[in-house]
Order: sequence, then structure tokens, then C-alpha cells
Amino acid sequence: MAVERINDREIHPMENLLRMDRMPHIWCPTCGIGIAVTAFTAALEKAKIDPNMAAIVSGIGCTGRVAGYVKLDSFHTTHGRPIAFATGIKVANPKMKVIVFSGDGDLMAIGGNHFIHAARRNIDMLVVCVNNFIYAMTGGQVAPTTPLAAYATTSPYGCVEPPFNIPYIADSSGAVYVARYTALHVRRLTNALTEALNKKGFSVVEVISPCGMYYSRINRLGDGLDMMKFYHDNVEIRHGEDTKNLDIGFQTKIICGKFVDRERPSYMERYNQWLSEVKSTRKNPDAPKGAEGEG
Amino acid sequence: MKADKTGVLTGSHVLTGNEACAEGALAAGCRFLGLYPIVPSIEVSKRFLQRAPEVGATFIQMEDEISALAAVIGASWTGKKSMTITSGPGLSLMMEHLGLGVMLETPCVVADIQMVGPGLGLPEHPAYGDMMQARWGSHGDYEIVALSPSSPQEMFDFMIKAFNLSERYRVPVAVMSDAYISQLKETVVIPSAGEITIEPRRYFDGPRDSYLPFKRDEDLVPRMVDIGQGYRFHVTGLTHDDRGYPIMFEECQEYNVHPLVWKVRNYADKIVDYQETDIDDADVVVISYGAAARAAQKAVTQAREAGIKAGSLKLNTVWPFPEKKVAEVARRVKAFVVPEMNFGQVVLEVERCSNGKTNILFLHHGDDGVEHTDGITAAIKRASRTNEVVSSIVELN
Repeated sequence: MAVERINDREIHPMENLLRMDRMPHIWCPTCGIGIAVTAFTAALEKAKIDPNMAAIVSGIGCTGRVAGYVKLDSFHTTHGRPIAFATGIKVANPKMKVIVFSGDGDLMAIGGNHFIHAARRNIDMLVVCVNNFIYAMTGGQVAPTTPLAAYATTSPYGCVEPPFNIPYIADSSGAVYVARYTALHVRRLTNALTEALNKKGFSVVEVISPCGMYYSRINRLGDGLDMMKFYHDNVEIRHGEDTKNLDIGFQTKIICGKFVDRERPSYMERYNQWLSEVKSTRKNPDAPKGAEGEG
Repeated sequence: MKADKTGVLTGSHVLTGNEACAEGALAAGCRFLGLYPIVPSIEVSKRFLQRAPEVGATFIQMEDEISALAAVIGASWTGKKSMTITSGPGLSLMMEHLGLGVMLETPCVVADIQMVGPGLGLPEHPAYGDMMQARWGSHGDYEIVALSPSSPQEMFDFMIKAFNLSERYRVPVAVMSDAYISQLKETVVIPSAGEITIEPRRYFDGPRDSYLPFKRDEDLVPRMVDIGQGYRFHVTGLTHDDRGYPIMFEECQEYNVHPLVWKVRNYADKIVDYQETDIDDADVVVISYGAAARAAQKAVTQAREAGIKAGSLKLNTVWPFPEKKVAEVARRVKAFVVPEMNFGQVVLEVERCSNGKTNILFLHHGDDGVEHTDGITAAIKRASRTNEVVSSIVELN
């Protein structure tokens, strides 16, 4: 890509979609969140999303800061609740393209309930879940995605809880599009996000990201670059793989790919169908008397 | 600005408090309801949902009260007036997003149909145990507005008032009702749309790249834009600057977050609303709100008939508290009688504002049931016989 220059300053190719007045961002060196954001902004362009008609909502944590850097209508909300907040936006203004960008702790622990119910309702939104296997912003605590036996500051003897398999939860809860890539797979990730942005219904893209500051340091896995090398050597792309088989163990093989791509009526489709039926067959037998003009 | 007539069910109706709550919201222009079912508030949703299709309102039943208020705040940013309804344990779960609503300065209304607590309590029985929670329940310093209706008619009127205040000051407004008013059926007169004054949302209409979400007007209230208008703005629940960007310094807390308090406190005189009866020559004034105000006003009439100079100060807004009025009346009466359907919450404010200038007789009704006129009348009689300040609060049971 040719580099544009204005006043002798290099122009970032995604500058129209990023808040350059907020740079530099807060993410640590070798963190994968920036890569996920780059892939996402590229996907917004590829999917031809009108940036004036897209809203991005984040929760709390490292990935929770994404909404602040992406130049759309953007909301940095409470811990675990971005999906609920975004649901309000989508239902109140169905013309908006709604994206939730948050981390594994935010979406799968404190926000797990909202995640499964939005998937069940098939709310038309894209959820990008950056999974770094740990609570990083608070200093490396065990997450619902931390692999068994991995160390964290709150699992000093190794994690004793089995982790969630995010694509499996998304699939079984009703998501219509589920994919997983690592921060190494920029091209595939961008393509998946582009596809998901154009998909009607609840879409989930999991992005496995290195956390050079906490996860890999506590577990003596080297830095972010070593993690990228690990992804290079240990990721297997298996499109259409049964989501049951996507568990991630400690330093085991990671299966990536597009696992689910199906059609289901979205929440707003069903809602509008109900609405037009009510309007055509009405009056609603349950309607209050006053509303029928007898009051 | 006048009400959109589609939502206004003009005429005289016999409605329960809950039905009047839904009608008031629709008349005020509310077009989004985020809800989670809980007794005794659920009939508000039922009425709202029945009316939604013809009015063009949308709603969603969320998975809990946490997400219900989160969705309401999101919906409000699309430009739709939004509300949620709940009771007791539901209000506890909403405290997280009440705080977010305050921080994002998002207009929204929370109707709390109070029940007996704590814990699971008695879900179908009236109480006013959430009054302090509504004021202080979310962490940090903030101000909100809370109204407390005493009848289905006031339920209707106060919902409109709640939406208007919420839009004017960009603050969540709580409407504090209870299981009794919610089920009480009375005549509610709904005026025509032209007679209902609606406070319009104050929008920023400058160029797209010059919008600062938290740049305050002189009255400390910033202007809004809607999602999807092309402003591509950012807001955060963290301490933030005018741009809505997080700034983690104390100076910013002072600059941008202190106004959350002052924008309400400075205009308390405009927000505060009460109804006074016979207090000019009164020796004893009953300060009441909500369901207890019904019994209180009757008791004042009885006391007058018995030759006691009694008056009534009925609080329509409980938060902000009518400090000046209570302080002024405290200097010239023998006693306040404060009946509350709890173990003493708003009476603490009465005591604070009285500053030891008068006796305060508190009647608590923390158990199941509604405040009775006789008890209040007896308290007025007892108060009228006392000539010296004995202690700040005397509890009567």
C-alpha cells in the first residue's frame, strides 16, 4: 500500500477510521489487540460499511479500550455489559450496524449471560472477542479461558478450572457465524471479519492474541514474538470443524477457521414480522379498553 | 414542545397506578422499554407492550435487570426516549447502570415499584425502603432526580415530568412508587396532546467534526447527538474530558465530573416540587411523600377539625431534597411529623435540614401495609402538645 503524506507526515491507511488524536494507544508492546483492530478497520472498508451508520461498543479491560480508538459512534461501557448496551442500540435503531469489541474476561465471565442470550435471540451484531487467556489490565488473573495448568496471579499453582471453548458456546447458543483466528492470521482474520460484518444475525469472531506482559511472562513462554512463532507452528486451519473439538489446552495445538455459517431469522426480522401481523389482524384482543376508544 | 398525539390516550379513564405509569411514559414520548419481569411492576410492561404497535414504540425483555438498564441507556443514545421498570431486587441490580447513566449523562427513566425488603421480602406488599438506595445506591458521588407519586393520576403526571427533567438535565430520573399505588385503581384524566408540555432533547447541530460530547453549556448540561447522525463521537464511563476521552487525572475529575453534581444542585430550586397545605399558621407540619401522603393529608384535615393548627408538606420530588423549604418551615413550627413506609430514610434528611430547630416525630411503617390516618393524627396531637425541643427524632410506632 502506497504511503500517503500530508505536511511531511505519514498518513496511516486507516486514519479515517481511527482516532489519531488518541495515539499512541495504551496496549503493551507485542500485544495482539492492535492487530485485531487493524484487521477490523480493514474489514469495515472491505465490507463497505458506512462508518456513519456503525456503532462500536466495548466493555472493560485491555480490549475494552478498542471503542475509544475506532472512529465510529463508540461507547466504552460497563464490565461485561457491552452486548446488552449494543442490544438496546440495535433494537431502538435497527438501521445501525452494531459491533461489540471486547475481551474474553469481559464477554465470557461477567458478560457470559448476555453473550448466550444475544446469541439465542440472534440479535444482528458482530461480536469480536479478543482472547488472550488472562485478565491483563488488572494484572494477570485467571480468566474463564485460561487453559488448565496455566499459571496466573490467581492460579499460582496452575489453573484448576477447565476453560470455556468460545466457538462451542457461540454455536450452541445460536450464533449464525463463528470463526477463530490468531493475531498472526491477519489476512484470514480480515476476511472473516468482512464476512461477519455482512452477515445478518449474531456473529462471533474469536481472535487469539498474545499477551507478552502477563500470560506469556508468567508462564515463561517468551515474549509476544515467541507467541506468534508458536501460533505459526501450532495452528491448524480446519474450516467447518465441529465446535466441540475446539478446546484449547496449555500450549497445545489451536484449531482455527470458520466453523459456523448458517441462516436463522434475526431478532428484528421476527420482531417486525410479529409487528406486521399484529397490525394487520388487529385489534389486539388483549388491548386495554381505553386504547379501543371506549375509555 | 407539545406531546406527539399518537401516544396520548386523551380522556378520563379508570386506571391502576401501573397502567397510568405506562400511559404517562407513552404520553411523554417514551418509545423504548427495556424490561425484566418482576412483581409488582410487571403490569407496566403489559400495558406498554399492548400499546406499543399502534404508538410505534419498541421494547425488549432482557435476561436480567442489569442488561435491561444497559439496553435502555444504549437505546437513549439513538434518540428514543427510553425507560425501564422494576422493583426491589431489580433496582439493586440496576445500580451499576444507574451510575453509568449518570456518567454518560444519558436521559432515561427508571420506575421503581417498591416492595417490602430486604432480600426477597414480600414482593406484593408496599414499602418505601428504596428511597435512599435510589439516591446513593451506585458508587461514587452523583446526583439524581427522584419523584414519588401518591395516586394513579400523579403516576401519569410524574412520568411526563420525569422524562422532561431527564431530558433537561441529562440525568437518570427515578419514579418511586410502590405495590399499593401500582395496584390502586382511580380515575386518571389524560389531557390532549396539545396540553402536555414536552421538554425536547437539546441537540448539538454544529459541524460534524466540532462536536464535543461533554462540552457544557452555561447551565452545565452538555448537548447530545444521536447515534447514526455522522458525528462519530465517543463516550466512556471512565473520567473523561470534553471529547469523551478517558483522562485519568484528578484535575479532570474536578473539571468534568464535579458538574454531574452541580448541574442538579444548582438547579434544585427549579427541580424541587412539593405541595403545601395550611402550613402558614401551622404548629405541626406533616412531611410526607408517596402512598403515605394520602393518609397524611387526611390526618391533617382531621387535626384541623379537632382544632389543631396542622399543615402538610407533600414532597413530589424527594431528590433533590427540598432543603430550603424544610429549613424555613422548621424555624417556625413546633414539630414535624414524618410518616414513612420504612424504618426512617427521608426523615434523616428532614432532621438534617431542620438542624435541631424543631421536634421531629417519626412514624415508621416498615412492615406490610399502608400508613394509617389514625396513627398520623395521633402523632400530630402529641406533637402539638410539646413546647420544647426534646430531641431531634422521636420514634412512634
